[in-house]
Amino acid sequence: MANTGTKGDKVFHAVVFAAALSIILIVAAVIAVMFQSAIPSMERFGIGFLFGREWKPAQEEFGALPFIFGTVTSSVIALILSIPVSLGIAIFLVEQAPKKLARPIAFMVELLAAIPSVVYGLWGIFVLAPLIREYIGPFLQTYVGFLPIFQGRITGIGMLTAGIILALMITPIITSVVRDVLEAVPHTQREAALALGATKWETTMIVLGNASSGIAGAVVLGLGRAVGETMAVTMVIGNSPQIVASLFEPANTIASLLAANFAEATDEMYLSALIEIGLVLFLVTFIINAFAKLLILSVASKTNAAKQG
Amino acid sequence: MRKFKSSEITAIFALLMLAAVIVGCSGQKFGESSGSGGGGGTIRLQGTGASFPKPIYDKWVSEFGKIKPSVRIDYQSTGSGAGQKALLSKTSDFGASDDPMTDAAMAEAGTPILHIPTVLGAVVLTYNLDGVTQPINLSPQVIADIYLGNIKRWSDERLKADNPEIQFPDADILPVYRADSSGTSAVFTDFLSKTNTEWAEKVGTNKQPSWITGVGVGAKGNDGVMGQVKQTPNSIGYVELTFAKANNLPAAKVKNKAGEFVEASLTSVSEAAAGSVSSMPDDLRAQITNAEGKGAYPIASYTYILVYKEQADEARGKALVDFLFWAVTDGEKYVEDLHYAPLPKEVMEKVAVKIDSISSGGEPLRR
Repeated sequence: MANTGTKGDKVFHAVVFAAALSIILIVAAVIAVMFQSAIPSMERFGIGFLFGREWKPAQEEFGALPFIFGTVTSSVIALILSIPVSLGIAIFLVEQAPKKLARPIAFMVELLAAIPSVVYGLWGIFVLAPLIREYIGPFLQTYVGFLPIFQGRITGIGMLTAGIILALMITPIITSVVRDVLEAVPHTQREAALALGATKWETTMIVLGNASSGIAGAVVLGLGRAVGETMAVTMVIGNSPQIVASLFEPANTIASLLAANFAEATDEMYLSALIEIGLVLFLVTFIINAFAKLLILSVASKTNAAKQG
Repeated sequence: MRKFKSSEITAIFALLMLAAVIVGCSGQKFGESSGSGGGGGTIRLQGTGASFPKPIYDKWVSEFGKIKPSVRIDYQSTGSGAGQKALLSKTSDFGASDDPMTDAAMAEAGTPILHIPTVLGAVVLTYNLDGVTQPINLSPQVIADIYLGNIKRWSDERLKADNPEIQFPDADILPVYRADSSGTSAVFTDFLSKTNTEWAEKVGTNKQPSWITGVGVGAKGNDGVMGQVKQTPNSIGYVELTFAKANNLPAAKVKNKAGEFVEASLTSVSEAAAGSVSSMPDDLRAQITNAEGKGAYPIASYTYILVYKEQADEARGKALVDFLFWAVTDGEKYVEDLHYAPLPKEVMEKVAVKIDSISSGGEPLRR
């Protein structure tokens, strides 16, 4: 009896171990193949690839900087817009809403996550772009137009539109993860805080402090979608690789560039450059993820300090 | 660190085996393995390439299937570049491309490749101008200057000069171009390069040209350009004629070599092809932008099917040749319904001769 038991455990262990190992193998294989295909481009352009500002496939001139700039900027806009809203929704759902209201709202948030990105893109072209062109853009120029990021012509297509679309797309992800994280904080903590005379605001801050690493995870998940989003961004960002201050101007992201051009890239050097910029996307994702985690953890340690102080 | 257990070593080994099997499989070329092994008398042909002729090729495939049920053809629209690549890597029996292959690409094959023109297409300029109902007139210079950023506003004198009756808005022009690599862009930029030296220097002819930074926005595909133009007042973009017709988009009249402003239509496009027959090279790789002749629409092009002159497999080669010949002769009657311009008679004769020259083992396949 005991023998068959350990035998079963051994098989079970082998299976789950294989599953875990397969992830490492897959990631390693992806990176290895990409690296190998990117070698011609790396040899030709070297480190200059990262800092070049011109992307001219016809002249075999490839510089990734405008795309890195576009990817980072659009994701940052998305996070700035999305984090407060997502946290707000999650806090309301967990801490304040009556059950009758919480269920339908939670359901709708999850529904948003299931909408395909091309639909977001269409909505962006047909609703958001005209809205920005006619109302939001002129409004921003009137009141905060002294900021360079809100100057210049407004076509409705550009960095800001892409950022807002991305914010919409990542809000459901961040919200549902934060909600789960907040629910996991033991109820006794809230009771204890309230019993000590804390207000609802103070109680929530304590809960948020304890949930901070989970919230960081939620933000990183959302960021992953923002950085890697292709279709919706391609449809609204204007696909013009330039580095300008104005958020109303068209820009481009790495993922959007890949989506628009990979199928038609037949020239070897072009293909190699596209794959190298794919590797750069890996790197950018890694750096922003690390940065986001650090940022949130530092915020968390401050709230913890405030709580103790 | 603890040592690996035996069960873990087994798991690692199993995964490595699996990986080896997967890598081994992917090395095989599918065109050769799935090819003649189809057996049972049915021949399956694979075509890959341009998205522009996809509707007519699908129609031809389905009609040809009724005549010859033993031949099944599958056409995947992956883009012109991918079509050329599929032919070169022999993963397809034929490729399809809007722009002819370059000498360098053809040399890569090591064996002769034939260009078979099938139908004609054209690029039209569509725009979003409130209150403008009649087609606007555009000269090549004005189009180039708009996309170069030299003409920034609709109220520009040069636009007014060509359109005395039209009241243009006093607004910025937003040019929209194709962000993805596209045969449409190749034809459009070829026309502008031929007619404008500044364009030829700064942008050039390419499926994915280097657009002037800061001028206009890029959109993916014909539908992307259409969506952008429809949604943005005072914008202008270029799309395929078939696409513009199917969606009833406004289209500008473009000034041709003879100095007339010509509307894009099946007739004016065929006219452009007819006007360039005399200058058509023997390998049929012809550019017919800015064509000679009255009534010729200047931004027109052939689209091609690409095949190897020497077919490795006789039965498959025969099926392919039969299909091609049927398509450019009997199949031409389906062309106009789908808004493609048919080949002029003289070109059709040249094409028939080309198809007749396809051989297997040195023997011509059409008898």
